[in-house]
Parts: sequence; C-alpha cells; structure tokens
Amino acid sequence: MPVLPTEYEKEAVKPSTSSAAIVADALSKSYDGKVVLDAVDVRVAAGTVFALLGPNGAGKTTMVNIFATLFEPDAGQVQIAGHDLARDPEGVRSAIGVTGQFSAVDDLLTGEENLQLIADLRHLGRDDGRRRVNELLERFELTDAARRPVSTYSGGMKRRLDLAMTLLGDPQLIFLDEPTTGLDPRSRREMWDVIGELVSAGVTIFLTTQYLDEADRLADRVAVLDHGQIVAEGRPDELKRRVPGGHISLHFPDPQTSQSAAHVLGAETAGAESPTLQVPGDGSPASLRALLSRLDAVGIEPDRLSIHDADLDDVFLALTGRPTDQPGPKT
Amino acid sequence: MTTLAYTLTDSRTMLRRQLKHLLRYPAMTVLLLGMPVIFLLLFVYVFGGQLGAGLIHEHVAGHGSRSTYLNFVVPGILLMTVGAAANGTSVLVAMDMTGGIVARFRTMSIARASVLAGHVLGSVIQALLGVAIVTAIALALGFRPTASPLDWLAALAILALFANALAWLSTALGLAAKSVETASNTPMFLTLLPFLSSGFVTIASMPPGLQQFARYQPFTPVTDAIRGLLFGGASVAGDILPAIAWSIGIAVASYLWARRLYDRRSVT
Repeated sequence: MPVLPTEYEKEAVKPSTSSAAIVADALSKSYDGKVVLDAVDVRVAAGTVFALLGPNGAGKTTMVNIFATLFEPDAGQVQIAGHDLARDPEGVRSAIGVTGQFSAVDDLLTGEENLQLIADLRHLGRDDGRRRVNELLERFELTDAARRPVSTYSGGMKRRLDLAMTLLGDPQLIFLDEPTTGLDPRSRREMWDVIGELVSAGVTIFLTTQYLDEADRLADRVAVLDHGQIVAEGRPDELKRRVPGGHISLHFPDPQTSQSAAHVLGAETAGAESPTLQVPGDGSPASLRALLSRLDAVGIEPDRLSIHDADLDDVFLALTGRPTDQPGPKT
Repeated sequence: MTTLAYTLTDSRTMLRRQLKHLLRYPAMTVLLLGMPVIFLLLFVYVFGGQLGAGLIHEHVAGHGSRSTYLNFVVPGILLMTVGAAANGTSVLVAMDMTGGIVARFRTMSIARASVLAGHVLGSVIQALLGVAIVTAIALALGFRPTASPLDWLAALAILALFANALAWLSTALGLAAKSVETASNTPMFLTLLPFLSSGFVTIASMPPGLQQFARYQPFTPVTDAIRGLLFGGASVAGDILPAIAWSIGIAVASYLWARRLYDRRSVT
C-alpha cells in the first residue's frame, strides 16, 4: 500500500477587500549577495493591465516568481488579490494564473490531455471540465491539433496552449512573463488580441516585457525596472511626457554633410554612413528656427526634416541610459 | 471536499499523468524490467548449476541442483526488479523537475505532495508489473513455491510495501540530484544491494564483516520474509516484522526528505 501524505491545507477563498489586485511594499530579493530587487513598491488596481518593463536581468522574472508563490522574498509585504503572500500562499494560488517565459506544458501529453490535466487539478468535474477544455481548444485554434503530442507543436501553438491552461481556472489575476518573446509577428498579434479579450472580461493582468510597443499598446500603467529598482511609473502617456520633446530627424544629401552638421550641433549621427541625423527637440517653431539658423551659419541645409514625438523608447533611453535594442549591460 | 479527499483526487490525477507517460514511452519500462529477467536467466542457467550444488537451505527443497537454485534465487531477483523500477523513478522525477509544467503545478492550488505521489504510485505499479512478469517467467522455468494463496498475497503485500519505500527514496534522490545524469547514477546502489543480501547466496557462505553487513541491511529481511512465505518457515519476528519496519521507516524518512526538497527547490 502506498503511503499517502495527508498534509494539505486549503483555505476558503476570501473575497478581496480592496480594489487593489497587487500591493507590494519594500519588496527585496538577493541571490548570492547580488541584489535583484531593491525595496520595490508596486500597486496594481483590479481590472487593469500593468506592464513591467525592463532589460534582461532587471529582475522582472524574479518579481513574477515571487508574486506567483514560487520564490520567497527576503523582505517586504505582499498582498495578492487580498491574500497575504507569506501567510496564505494557497489563497494566492487559488486566485492567480501564470504563463511564464518557458512553456509550462507537458510535452509528453497531447494538447487536450494537458488541458484535461489542469481541469482535473482545478476539480472542475467531468462534464464541466470537458466543456471548458473543448471551449478553450476552439478559442485558441487548437482543435485540429488536440490529439497530437505537444512535442510536435510550434512555438506559437505551445504558447497558446500554455495560456489556455492558465485560463482554465478562471483566475482573477494573470501573470504573463514576456508572453510574446520569441513569437512571430502574427502569433504576437494573436496574443495581444487574447489579452485584450481578457481585459474586457475584467481580469487583472500583470505582464513583463522588453517591448515598448507592447507595453504602450496593452498597459494602463507601466513601470520601468532597472537594476532592481523602479525608475519610473505611470500611464504610458505620462511617461512619454516626462521626456522633453522627442526628436527631430534631419535628412542630408550625403553622409559627409550629415557628419559636418553633427559636429556643428554636437549631435550624434545614426552611423558614419548615414545621411540622417537625430537631434533632441520638441518640434516648436522657435527650436526649429534656432536649429536651422545654426546650420545656416556654416552653410549647411538639410533636404528635409521630420518631427518625432517621444515614444517609450525615448523614455527608456532617458531613464536607463540604454537604448532598448541593447538590453544587456554590454553597451 | 476535505483536505485528504483533495490530496487523494490530485494524486490520482497525477498518477494518471504518470501512467500516460509510461505507456506512451515504454522504452524505459522495457529496459528496466528486462534487466532482472536477464539476471534471472544468467543466474539460473550460467551460475545456477554450480551455485545450486553448494546450496543448503532448510526450506527450499531439492538436492543441490539448478532447480534448487532457481527456487532460492527468485526472491532476490524480485527485489532486484523492485530496485530497478525505483532507479527509473529517480530519473523521471529529475527530468520532470526541469520542465515548466512542475513550475505551473507549484503556482496552482493543488495538494503539494500530489506531484510526488503520482511518481511514487506510478513507480509502485511499474514495480508490481515487473514482479508479475518475472514471477511468470520463473514459473515457466520451473519455479515451484509451496505457498498457499494467502502466503502469496502476504508476499506480494511485502513487495508492494518495500516498492513504495524505495519509490519514495528514489523520488527524494531524483529531487536532490543536480542533473538528470546524477539522478540516474545515485540510486544504482538499489540494484547492487540485493547481491549483498541473502538474495543470491546464503549469508553463512559470506566472509565475516560482509556477513554482518548483509544480515543487517534491509534487503535481507525482505528477501527472507518473501522466501519464507513462499517456501514455508517465515519467521514473523525475525523476518516479516523487520521487513515491514524497514519499509515503513524508509518510506516515512524519504517522504519527509522528498517533501522538504520539493518545497524548498526553486524553479529554473
């Protein structure tokens, strides 16, 4: 007779008393003396999308893993959906769904069996479980592949199955850790559509991403995490406003002229061979006039110019000192 | 539902997952269970003539022949079967822990031990399947126990209890292993220990030192209990109770160790 363990606790799901889905105060975590999260405060209102933006190694995944009860923080208070993370991890688990960076699917089972497994673990009951499994297979366009082992799935299909498994328990709060990393543009767009549907269904979403357009498009609020600290937080448009101006692109007939202009203006060209120059500026008539007269003084005239409003890339650059296409510290 | 009911339900779900794995990828099961069969044939047909000639056992009948040795060695081979199944479990557990699905299980409100219980139950079923196959082959070769059906049942129960103990132990070893390779090596001693017990030769024939070791290691009382039940002469106090005590002791200690490793181990 196998000895079965009996130690198991399951607390009744307490209704959330506040409208905050996540409240984290002074959250800290270190590994081997290296500080990954440094007294971070996070507040996510229920029913909103919160994007945590940051380069690789900024601590995004660590934060998700702590919120998802996988790691214990070294210090700090965390409430997830009204449950205290330290005292009631089971309560937290009953309220959340997690889709991580690495697919959390069973490669040896079929897509249908994977979903059925989660339905059984959510104690949905035979008929209810079967209905939900078929519903989700249909919704994520996996019906044709339902009976095939997951090891034969493409990256996009695996990600869809992964998300379907997360949705099976109807969680109130979903963590999406880099949900579109490594996906082709079409799968990425599909993922965005699904996230949009979830939001309209009232689900709170906490997502991490390296892509600014993703955060800009999906999130109600964005926090920028760098070296374990939140360096900026706000609505995407608020953050954009924090960076003065944006920039003006000047197009010259040839790279040499561009170089000379760069010298005059103290700006940097996009490269030695590029005839285009980017200069910080808000695009006001006064600033344009000043810019052009400085070039005029040395006899340089651009072919044309264009004005760019600040986007989150500029915000990121201004806040972390690194452009987004250079995520690591190897600048 | 009560917490115990949840634990049972979740463990059953995890067992179903485990059995699907075993059914879909039977190569490992075949490999693990093939080994004891080969050892059975090897020991009976290659070594059996000579080993049987020197064999004196008060209960296993025969006059020092190959068939005497067959009767003598089958309990040892059965324990080797149980050990081989446990060895495979260690690898399966280690492999499972590297996958993202276990990370998902940890973020879900499910009975914490059910992931491990699924592996253990799968391992016990695998071991008992092996026991059935080895016994059937042994019977075909001329294995003739004198046991009553009740004795057979008792022997089977002891084997299952011991298989459960070794499954929890190998689950813990699989969790403790830093890599899948390590997990396939550390439980090797489980397939070697039957040789250093009363399974293949009588303890009296061993040199001093080894005799003491063989007498007091868990495989010996379990072997003696099964041999005694199948051929008569089982001592309740001398064999059966120690076999049960070892099985429960190893299971409980390994369960606690495995739970601690599983709860503490972080993902990725």
